[in-house]
Amino acid sequence: MTTPLELVCPAGTPAGLRTAVDAGAHSVYCGFRDETNARNFPGLNFDRAEMREAAAYAHAHDAKIAIALNTFMRAGATDLWKRGVDDAVAAGADALIMADVGLVDYARKAHPKQRLHLSVQAAAATPEAIAFYRDHFGIARVVLPRVLTVEEVSRLTAHAAPCETEVFVFGGLCVMAEGRCMLSSYATGKSPNMTGVCSPPSHVTYREDRDALVACVGGFTIERFERGEPAGYPTLCKGRFLADGAMSHLFEDPVSLNAVALLPRLAEIGVTAFKIEGRQRGRAYISSVVRAFRKAIDAMAAGKKFDIDELRGLTEGQRDTVGAYKKTWR
Amino acid sequence: MRGHLPPFFANAAGLLPLQPLEVMARHLMTNAMAARPSFAARLGEYCGRTFAVDPVDCPFVFVLMPQDGGTHLSVVREAEHFDARIAAPLVVLLGMVDGTYDGDALFFSRDLSIEGDTEAVLALRNAIENADLDLSTVLGFPQGIQGPVNRAARQVFMRVRRLLDAPEDSGPNGVANGVGLS
Repeated sequence: MTTPLELVCPAGTPAGLRTAVDAGAHSVYCGFRDETNARNFPGLNFDRAEMREAAAYAHAHDAKIAIALNTFMRAGATDLWKRGVDDAVAAGADALIMADVGLVDYARKAHPKQRLHLSVQAAAATPEAIAFYRDHFGIARVVLPRVLTVEEVSRLTAHAAPCETEVFVFGGLCVMAEGRCMLSSYATGKSPNMTGVCSPPSHVTYREDRDALVACVGGFTIERFERGEPAGYPTLCKGRFLADGAMSHLFEDPVSLNAVALLPRLAEIGVTAFKIEGRQRGRAYISSVVRAFRKAIDAMAAGKKFDIDELRGLTEGQRDTVGAYKKTWR
Repeated sequence: MRGHLPPFFANAAGLLPLQPLEVMARHLMTNAMAARPSFAARLGEYCGRTFAVDPVDCPFVFVLMPQDGGTHLSVVREAEHFDARIAAPLVVLLGMVDGTYDGDALFFSRDLSIEGDTEAVLALRNAIENADLDLSTVLGFPQGIQGPVNRAARQVFMRVRRLLDAPEDSGPNGVANGVGLS
């Protein structure tokens, strides 16, 4: 018997969680309002009481809730992360998503029966790394890095069993080895790895310059969008720079991942869960994307064909890509 | 420009005094804040910042200063002092409040622009998102009639947005369903 496919959806706020559940999410991931999760943005995330209510709402609607504690513990302040683990379990989390091996160890010892997932932030991209987490800590699912081809995902999924694999299928695209990228730290002193923010908004400024929009991070001008040109997040890896006499995107274009066309293949090779990125996005995004992907998954289960072509307006840079899954950019 | 009100509206509105609009806007804001008491808590340290909310197709600007216990609101012709400015056509701004639009998508498509304290803008956007506001709540209508009023309002707003060639609706109040089955 095959495991049913799971649609894993983002929620940055309690209202976002209700929207995701109502739109058909099988499970929702979210985090506390502190540096323990990799989306530590102002006005986002859940306090302890909100998290308990969110878990109750999800469970009442047959959905699961996964709580992300996926930054790396800071020496001298590890209690913040450990308390987060304890409170997440008490709130009724169906799974904890973690990256720090010390925190994984704590969670396993303190809560032996708790289901644990390995965050994409752990950058586990080899059979050996996944086996280590699976065999030593009973990790039930690994979220694979967004730098792998479909065939690499296939081979890793086979090696990971009985540990499940989860892959990103839609949303903002990070093609760095997550958990190891230092670009944001270099420019701002803050990173998703330690403080939960990449190119944090506290260091981002926009200004108009003769009809163009100029975006800066940490005082560095990284992008200039001409009038009418679609904009993107001013993350350093997506900036346009002058190198060797030519102005271009050095690392990646500001585009979003959209792997909907690959869903049948990903299901065929044994991937258990499809993840939508975007805890920082609004209810309109969550509702549209979750409904679309849930219909696609249901259509696949019913043996019907499907197509999705109406999500491009929600993508960064108004363009999408299958990213590393086909590695056409490398 | 997509989503802009016709110029005659701006010209006519420019002749009117601002005080009645300010009184009405304050009343609606008071209703919203009373219905969503956790708004200030979500805004956190960004309470007390001054936000200029600029409907670029109208001859006025809303200046907000959210605070724990109430939000100060004034309506001015031009905002001179603010920590952050959010600018878009009026129907687009209203669509962000009721969840029709995703703020990031509007920013990507250049239908919305921001300047000033980016972090404060993000905090305000997230607090508004979580407030999950609708027309009935803002108007202070009793719970019993909120459902029908909101459904009717969504239809009207959708037609107005189409009439003005505003960005396509999405989300819980929109029309997009994203998938064609065959």
